[in-house]
Amino acid sequence: MSRAEAAAESAEEAGAAADTAEAVAAPAARRPGPLWTFGLLRSEIATTVRRWRTLALLGVLAAVPVLIGIAVRIETRGGSTAGGRHGEGPAFITQITNNGLFLVFTALAATLPFFLPMAVGVVAGDAIAGEAGTGTLRYLLVAPAGRTRLLLTKYATVMAFCVLATLVVAVSALAVGALLFPLGDLTTISGTRIGFADGLGRALLIALVVAASLVGVAALGLFVSTLTDSGIAAMAGTVGLLIAVQICDQIPQLHALQPYFFPHYWLSFADLMRDPVYWDDLQKNLGLQGLYAAVFGSAAWARFTAKDISA
Amino acid sequence: MAPYESDDATAAAADEDLHSTRRKAARYVVPVAVVGVAAATIGLVPALADSGDPDLPKISAQQLIEKIAKSDVQQLSGTVKISTDLGLPDLGGLGGGIAPGAGSGSGDGSAADPQSKLTELVTGTHTLRVAADGPDRQKLSLLERGAEYSLIHHGKDVWGYDSKSNEVYHSTAAGSGRQHRAQPPATPKDFADEALKSVDDTTSVTVDGTAQVAGRDAYKLLIKPRQSGTTVGAISIDVDARTGQPLKFTLTPKSGGAAVLDVGFTQVSFARPAASTFDFTPPKGAKVTEEEKGAEARRHAPGAGEEFGGGLKGATVLGKGWTSVATFDTGAKGGLPSGSQGGDLGGFLGSLGEKVSGKFGKGTVFSTRLVNALFTDDGKVYAGAVTKDALVKAANGEK
Repeated sequence: MSRAEAAAESAEEAGAAADTAEAVAAPAARRPGPLWTFGLLRSEIATTVRRWRTLALLGVLAAVPVLIGIAVRIETRGGSTAGGRHGEGPAFITQITNNGLFLVFTALAATLPFFLPMAVGVVAGDAIAGEAGTGTLRYLLVAPAGRTRLLLTKYATVMAFCVLATLVVAVSALAVGALLFPLGDLTTISGTRIGFADGLGRALLIALVVAASLVGVAALGLFVSTLTDSGIAAMAGTVGLLIAVQICDQIPQLHALQPYFFPHYWLSFADLMRDPVYWDDLQKNLGLQGLYAAVFGSAAWARFTAKDISA
Repeated sequence: MAPYESDDATAAAADEDLHSTRRKAARYVVPVAVVGVAAATIGLVPALADSGDPDLPKISAQQLIEKIAKSDVQQLSGTVKISTDLGLPDLGGLGGGIAPGAGSGSGDGSAADPQSKLTELVTGTHTLRVAADGPDRQKLSLLERGAEYSLIHHGKDVWGYDSKSNEVYHSTAAGSGRQHRAQPPATPKDFADEALKSVDDTTSVTVDGTAQVAGRDAYKLLIKPRQSGTTVGAISIDVDARTGQPLKFTLTPKSGGAAVLDVGFTQVSFARPAASTFDFTPPKGAKVTEEEKGAEARRHAPGAGEEFGGGLKGATVLGKGWTSVATFDTGAKGGLPSGSQGGDLGGFLGSLGEKVSGKFGKGTVFSTRLVNALFTDDGKVYAGAVTKDALVKAANGEK
């Protein structure tokens, strides 16, 4: 495992000075440079992406747009509109026949409520607890990285996975959309027309906003991950929390609390397809994700830096 | 895991251990502090941003009304928030079943038909976007979750585009501009115009200080009915101090509580909107419905949904001022959908109403927080923003 190698390499110089995270305090320890941190991040990302479990998750995510595209293609073969007369189904589904680019938005709208956060929850939940469970966490901490730096690297890895997962959905959807449906100028949901290049730009922006929407659940997953030494428990806990919050978001009696649930403004990315763009909910969404990241990120830090690492 | 437990690096002197435990616990202060700061920000920022009422030169109610009348805003764009709380059950889902069918006469209309679409505004809170550039180009968009309904008036074309169902409604009839204006009112100005029509000797009109609306200084015009028997408590109109454009309209019922109707700009600009805003070509693959001939006539036929749109065309008005009651004959003997006749729907409506009787005979009163309507068993309808007693009195008086 390259990560273990990197850790072991530095451990030689640092000796066994790594105590409770503040390795820097030990006089013998060399302060690791930013390049070293980058190396740690790179090896973390490589380890995460190479896992079969991660590849399977990405495969499922890539398959969703293919399924939607084929289903819409078959349904509209006779000239009827997709999603029925009242436009049931995920957002934008009826516009796919106008323009294949809309498949990107539909696929993101379909995967954002569950598939994407589930994948992020699995990766985030595994981040610390998985290492603890397999007994590799102590080797990572032997390196002079310090716990704070290790946690930040783990969080950066999870966020990189958020972007990767979103891009997998978007690129797969774009490919399927281009194959099955016409491309070209598109009509925004406000009825105005924009050029294809502008549309692509908005698609990229939407993918980034969707990735940013997952920052909250990533921080939550990381916090849960510091609470337990079992990777499975952390993943199940994160995904369970996600489902519970999603259900609470649908209960009308809780509407006073709902604006503070992290999935509440998720579908606001659709506002980027209005002309002019309606920013209110988008800002609320990003602000809320930032808040969740700050609260659960610092909670994860408090827990992880104070925790006894026994494995 | 067990084999490593003995060489755990946390083994330390006892007093040091206690010290570090305390330090460790102190770390949890950080997330708690973040939550605290966030809660304080959410609670305080709106209060701090409210910089108090602007200082504007004194103006009389008469001058303010003239200012509204003189106001000639041609170019405008903005976001309007409209909240309606008539005390009706949520028609969000139900409205699709009842209102469009009643409004258009046939349940098979296009999903992009303005009549059926704008009926949704009757309940709940909605965000609208308006844009106008002269009398020939207007656009009204109803923002929905992940979708939008746009009504675009450009020259002689009126387009309705429902992005959710990807359907387009088109009408080119001569004088369509007028028709467009005959749609249910949606902007604060539409409501203000209606309210100012009713200003006469039965009304007290005062200027009630100033306010900030959508970042602009505004005068508050307060309209209060002097008559008793009406359900209207007060109407407050916030008028932009510079342009005379009504920016906010609030109607509170006499019974108190939340406003029945609250329409206001949350953001407004008096610059010319981009020309492309009003351009519309039906997207490829969209289903286009042309307005049917005779839709005009049908539109004026009385239906259960009419009172909501404020239509009440072809009705006789009894009384004067705030206590006026509109009445028309549905021609349906035996009253409007009652249990036996209308099946499930009738039973449902019947359960909402309250049976009353008087000199006029028998009937059912349907109450909302503002409008009360009396459906008599011989097919007449009396409706108005008046109390139930005033309604029965009006019905008795006519007999």
